[in-house]
Amino acid sequence: MSVAQRERDNPVAAPPQPENSRTPSAIGPYKPLLLGVAGSLGFLLIWQIFSAVGPVSSHYLPPPTVVAAEFVQNLSDPDYWIAVGYTLRSWLIGVVLSTLSALVLGVIIGSSAFLRRATHSTIEFLRPIPAVALIPLAALLYGPVLSAELLIVVYACFWIVLVQVLYGVADVDKVATDTALTLQMNFWQRVRYLIFPTLLPYLMTGVRLAATVALILAIGVELIIGTPGLGLDVALAQINDDAPGMFALIVTAGVLGMLVNWLMGTVERKVLFWHASVRGGARS
Amino acid sequence: MKALKSFGYFIGLPVLLIAGWWFATRDGGSFYVPTPDQLVTAFRTIWLGDGFTQDALPSIARLLVGLALSIVLGVGLGIAIGAIDWVRWLLSPLLEFLRAIPSTIMIPVLLLLIGINDAMKVTIIVLGCLWPILLNTIKGVASIDEVQSDTGRVYGLTGIDRMRYLVLPAASPQIFAGIRQSLAVGLVLMVVSEMFAATEGIGYAIINFQNRIDIPEMWSGIVLLGLLGVALSVLFQIVQSRVLGWYEGLKESAND
Repeated sequence: MSVAQRERDNPVAAPPQPENSRTPSAIGPYKPLLLGVAGSLGFLLIWQIFSAVGPVSSHYLPPPTVVAAEFVQNLSDPDYWIAVGYTLRSWLIGVVLSTLSALVLGVIIGSSAFLRRATHSTIEFLRPIPAVALIPLAALLYGPVLSAELLIVVYACFWIVLVQVLYGVADVDKVATDTALTLQMNFWQRVRYLIFPTLLPYLMTGVRLAATVALILAIGVELIIGTPGLGLDVALAQINDDAPGMFALIVTAGVLGMLVNWLMGTVERKVLFWHASVRGGARS
Repeated sequence: MKALKSFGYFIGLPVLLIAGWWFATRDGGSFYVPTPDQLVTAFRTIWLGDGFTQDALPSIARLLVGLALSIVLGVGLGIAIGAIDWVRWLLSPLLEFLRAIPSTIMIPVLLLLIGINDAMKVTIIVLGCLWPILLNTIKGVASIDEVQSDTGRVYGLTGIDRMRYLVLPAASPQIFAGIRQSLAVGLVLMVVSEMFAATEGIGYAIINFQNRIDIPEMWSGIVLLGLLGVALSVLFQIVQSRVLGWYEGLKESAND
């Protein structure tokens, strides 16, 4: 199965592409790294100067030195870690629940031509509904607790993963299907040896997208309904006019976001070590 | 006969679901779930009346302005960053970090920095939507086929012509993938920013109905957001199939 083949059905969220093959060999291998460090330091410097002399008062836009001090101080505050824990808990449960349910339903729907056709219009209609529209409903049903957050996160992530699983099941090679029938594989064998390997790259793409969205939504729900977590802390810092606290929490959220991206990238590489997209990337 | 059959498939499950909803709420509906006709009445009185100009139009306008700005900024910056190696190396760690910040958490900060107004909501939409477009454009531009790029050089394509005939078309599949992700993020941010702090807008209206426990009205807002999401996704697919028609065709033929 070529990359082009996979992309035909799914031009949007294709599994990871091999990295660009241009290498900086002529200019020295450390140049990208050094420039990257320089760029980040430059950004901090501009921020520092802007905060001191810019049009926005330094009360509202504290310099990075103040934010960094606040960030470090947070690290020894148990309440801070509890808030991080709450947000990560909703994130993790949400991603796992939506992935499992979407995987099971996706394989069942995708394996039957009848179900695929019968559910198509409903899925296409329910999928683009923004999950945040359900926030008021979740607030009324549950109040500021974990279930409210999960309702939103799972609703959003479920469709993302489901659509990828459906693409994946539809992509199973015709010849391979016929071979499996000739070998008289039963349903579970077909799922294990035929559908699953084709499906896995799509599933990983879905989970990676869902992981990012889940974090955005978990924090969004915390902001609005007030379920405990980073979002609530930021809202409280805003009410208390605590700009350094807010920026420190945003840095925390950025670090969490990067951790999520890194985790998903690592899992994807480990799980798909046999797949062309990963092997090709390692070779170049 | 065949058309009738696909129509049946298209309409079958939705009809069943609505029938089930109607049947389950036939004695007047529960506290949380209105009956279908209550919902339709609420939708008509609110969103086909004053609510359309008061709340729906400002929301849609902010979303479209935010998306347009993100596309222009994302593609413009993305081409510049993707085409020049040292700029890309300089900015990539920074961009990786900024992209990773879950955009909803920026809402309170922007509220403090900008205040409750349209500029704040457009800014938050741009802050969320910019990254997928920007990063995809950078990736698309940086991974242009070497042969294509060399061919362009042989033909003497430079400057604007090179952008118009080589770089933009080569990167456009990636750019569209980015825009598609941005649509969903933009809608989320539009709603959340209005729910968090606003004086009008669809999100504000829904939260308001929730606080007043006007359940059918609240549901009508949810339905409106759903319709908006579906409309955006259909519109995107039409534009994509027009602009990327050549690309889809190319892949079809490559597989035959």
